[in-house]
Amino acid sequence: MNTTTQAAMDAVEPLSFEEAIETYEPVMGLEVHVELNTATKMFSSAPNAFGDEPNTNVNEVDLGMPGTLPAVNGKAVESAIKLGLALNCSIAERCRFARKQYFYPDTPKNWQTSQYDEPIAFDGHVDVELDDGEKFRVEIERAHMEEDAGKLTHAGASGRIQGADYSLVDYNRAGVPLIEIVTKPITGAGRRAPEIARAYVSTIRDIVKGLDISDARMERGNVRCDANVSLMRPGAGVFGTRSETKNVNSIRAVEHAVTYEIRRHAGILSAGGSIVQETRHWKEDTRTTSSGRIKSDADDYRYFPEPDLVPIVTTKEWVESLRAELPEPPAQRRRRLREAWGYSEAEFRDVIAAGLLDQIEETVSHGASPAVARKWWMGEISRLANAREVEPAGLGVESATIVELNELIQAGSINDKIARQVLEHHVDGEGSPADIVRNRGLEVVSDDGALTAAVEKAMAENPDVVEKVKAGKLKAIGALIGPVMKETRGQADAGKVKQIVLERLGRNS
Amino acid sequence: MSEISRTDVEHLAKLAHITMTDAELEKMTNELGVIVDSVKRIQEAAGEDVPATSHPLPLTNVFREDTVGHVFTAEESLASAPDAEDSRFKVPAILTEAEDAVTSSVAQEGAHR
Amino acid sequence: MTSTSNSLIRLTAAEMSAKLRAGEITSVELTQAHLDRIAAVDGTINAFLHVAEAEALETAAAVDRSRAAGGTEAESLHPLAGVPIAVKDLIVTKGQPTTAGSKMLEGWMSPYDATVVEKIRAARMPILGKTNLDEFAMGSSTEHSAFGPTRNPWDPTRIPGGSGGGSAAAVAAFEAPLALGTDTGGSIRQPGSVTGTVGTKPTYGGVSRYGAIAMASSLDQIGPVARTVEDAALLHELIAGHDNKDSTSLPEAEYPEGRLPAFVDAASAKNVAGLRIGVIKQLQGAGYQAGVLARFQEALERLRENGAEIVEVDCPSFDYALGAYYLIMPSEASSNLARYDGVRYGTRVLPEEGPLTIERVMGATRAAGFGDEVKRRIILGTYALSAGYYDAYYGSAQKIRTLIQRDFDAAFEQADVLVSPTSPTVAFPLASKLDDPVAMYLNDVATIPANLAGIPGISVPGGLSEGLPVGVQFLAPAKQDARVYHAAGALEQLLNDTYDAPLWAQVPALEEVTG
Repeated sequence: MNTTTQAAMDAVEPLSFEEAIETYEPVMGLEVHVELNTATKMFSSAPNAFGDEPNTNVNEVDLGMPGTLPAVNGKAVESAIKLGLALNCSIAERCRFARKQYFYPDTPKNWQTSQYDEPIAFDGHVDVELDDGEKFRVEIERAHMEEDAGKLTHAGASGRIQGADYSLVDYNRAGVPLIEIVTKPITGAGRRAPEIARAYVSTIRDIVKGLDISDARMERGNVRCDANVSLMRPGAGVFGTRSETKNVNSIRAVEHAVTYEIRRHAGILSAGGSIVQETRHWKEDTRTTSSGRIKSDADDYRYFPEPDLVPIVTTKEWVESLRAELPEPPAQRRRRLREAWGYSEAEFRDVIAAGLLDQIEETVSHGASPAVARKWWMGEISRLANAREVEPAGLGVESATIVELNELIQAGSINDKIARQVLEHHVDGEGSPADIVRNRGLEVVSDDGALTAAVEKAMAENPDVVEKVKAGKLKAIGALIGPVMKETRGQADAGKVKQIVLERLGRNS
Repeated sequence: MSEISRTDVEHLAKLAHITMTDAELEKMTNELGVIVDSVKRIQEAAGEDVPATSHPLPLTNVFREDTVGHVFTAEESLASAPDAEDSRFKVPAILTEAEDAVTSSVAQEGAHR
Repeated sequence: MTSTSNSLIRLTAAEMSAKLRAGEITSVELTQAHLDRIAAVDGTINAFLHVAEAEALETAAAVDRSRAAGGTEAESLHPLAGVPIAVKDLIVTKGQPTTAGSKMLEGWMSPYDATVVEKIRAARMPILGKTNLDEFAMGSSTEHSAFGPTRNPWDPTRIPGGSGGGSAAAVAAFEAPLALGTDTGGSIRQPGSVTGTVGTKPTYGGVSRYGAIAMASSLDQIGPVARTVEDAALLHELIAGHDNKDSTSLPEAEYPEGRLPAFVDAASAKNVAGLRIGVIKQLQGAGYQAGVLARFQEALERLRENGAEIVEVDCPSFDYALGAYYLIMPSEASSNLARYDGVRYGTRVLPEEGPLTIERVMGATRAAGFGDEVKRRIILGTYALSAGYYDAYYGSAQKIRTLIQRDFDAAFEQADVLVSPTSPTVAFPLASKLDDPVAMYLNDVATIPANLAGIPGISVPGGLSEGLPVGVQFLAPAKQDARVYHAAGALEQLLNDTYDAPLWAQVPALEEVTG
């Protein structure tokens, strides 16, 4: 497929980003595919599930068996309308599905049922917030419904398509409902183009998550981005030839891919070359793209209206009832929560980055203070999750558990350190915090007898410290707390220790 | 007479994934020409203002509940497969890359020159 | 063959049903009589691609047991329980092969039943087997079957029509009392016409298409094949209804009275007094054989004598119907047949030389698996949908569809039903049109408009010309299928009175032919 010219172009050294952006104005077009989290597929009643044994989430429809017909998943249509509304789109009063025809082994009917000239949603916009808080408006061309393809595995030495001896096809993913969101050309972004691309994809991810229409896990391909990039001379008014980098599947990679393509295009254009219209593949390891399939005149998808399905007509009542179900837009919600919780910009950004906004909000709603909720989720729970290589939300810690732990601390039954141990035991399935404290005998030693004995022992063993305290250096008490803790296996309340020391020395705290 | 050339038919056969010999292409070009000539006069009858009918009856909004129905075991899925391996359909080497965005697996795993 | 079984197979389905219910015959006897008949004559006719002897007898025996058990078990039996049926091999059946008449699907076993097959199984009709057809239902003579042509029981040197020649011939030759067919451009009605049988194309959406291997999705309809109008109505009532697996199937509420009409009652009315019958100006005259037109005029005369009001209606767009059909049908077919690629099921053919890539395997598979007519239509459809031609071809054809619907709407203002010869000719000799696709396509000229407009149509025997059956077609507005049964039932009765016997009874004794 690759021509000599193209190979030569690929050999041109990319320009630095700074140089590129000084000479050229980037134009982007972003296509984001969102896999919906419906129970069943777009056109069949087979389960929409990830990670099962190959070819077990299919029935005759998904395998494109002779005689089968599609039947539209009503929930997927409602999800598409909701997403359209969240993207400030117009919802088509009437739209249809169409067949996009091409032969490929992962496409069971050798056409993809999609929407062509009649998308369900069109002409919208989404405001994305950049790192410095500045807003940038991305115009949406359309959002349309379609179905996913099966999954190919290439067997052979390379594990890649080229040089493979044969390929294996699993159709579990075939027919999973997708919504493809296409932006209008994004111009005027200048040097912020890569950042805008990242913020846009991140915003789309948050929106679909907020709508609860997708699991939105990029690592599973629930959200996938194709980035079209072209460069033009400032004021040229005519877009340059674009490349389309396919399946950039992390938020960071979107930024890197756009950066790299701007640099690559600039390198070629500056060297007097021309850009080949082609697909590019993102390579995470080198943060570069490589040449893929050249767009050709032979591409002829022979679209025509899907005759096995009837048109979708959206009444005003239907659309408005779905609009009423929309949650608060993510950006608005964040603003509200940050103000309500009183977090600093940095604290709040960390929470967002950790993806724990929902968890903290729920914990606060269960009665924990925002500070306590943040402390637990961003602290010990994240640490435990990290150690176990799971998402914090995947540890199974309930908001009620956090509230209970906090109450135990407040009541002086346990201290912070013990609370952290209790949490770990809880995650290991030992029951509620109160049960764990009781069963493991972790209650703070508040019985004066035992504690007093431990304090006295510590004082006896550290006469120099005692002297310092006597001399009024109250901070020195800290040096006694360690030994007391050791003596009581950590179950002493530090405040109480301090109180006893002072009593022994005849001072009031 | 006909507007369909042999090159056209060759292109169509490629789009339709039907291998044809030279003799078959020749024959198909002739036959197609006759058929197209006999049907193309419909263009004169359909005025600009006439709407297209793609469905004979005007049904709209036929939706399915999002409830899981029957599903195949891997064995059932592969029962009539010409070739299979490891619970999957086995196909000979694929030369061209996917034409569409949704075929991400190829793009993820492929494309190294 | 015994004379008893000989008389059994000549009963109508309604009579079989009555005798089964009265306990005069058993389903096993009845089914065995048909299996015997198939064994005796199908070597000549080749109506069946697969005979399901064991399964049919098993179903029959179970029905007989239920009948013998009496009580609610016997009472809950469907009227057609125990009456055998043949199924066009375009309709998928679990446990029996389905080939669509193509090498592409040779040996393929469907993992699911078509909705209509579920219905006939639920009614406990023994399925005798699968009937021959033009490959993927593409043809008007059944000569395009990959498994050899079916022959016309009236004259085995002639075609039985197509694509459903197998179902029509099986019913005409008493190999089955009833059969299922599919009609995309006339594949039920035209074979009915040339074999002297009755065939109905229901309103589009009237019967679920789920499990009917698609040729042209917006035109395909499953319908009944029978020897009498009443039998066709009986089977139609069984298979009709909405199916949530077919989004284009009609909900019951869409029908005029909010429920499925009673087709059998309409077929039994046998009264045309006051019925306005419109003769379509464009569907007669040039291109129609004199004998066909003569029988057609006589049929009109009988109807008029008995009180029908005969008017002529003008449908000018029909001149473009064949052209529109031969763009829409191949376009949709080219897409529907894309799935046969040797990856998931069916035949896989490796290229004889050169590298083994999936692209080349698909090409070789489709080259070897499809016959000439299928390839012609795929290439034609690919052309009509390709970039730069869509508007001129597919787009224009869809507009013609609108014009044809408008013509029908206007015609049905003047008439309750419309009438025409079903087919311009009687059965023609085998191989006589095989090399001339356009001449072959002309067989469908009278049946195609109904498919384009989605309206119901029926073909009913109208007499003989040169000893071969002529068919009369009635058409009605969408969802008014009862009207075609009403008109056809009445004409059938009038002609039975004229000829003193049903036309189908005159079919030559095939045993003599086979020797």
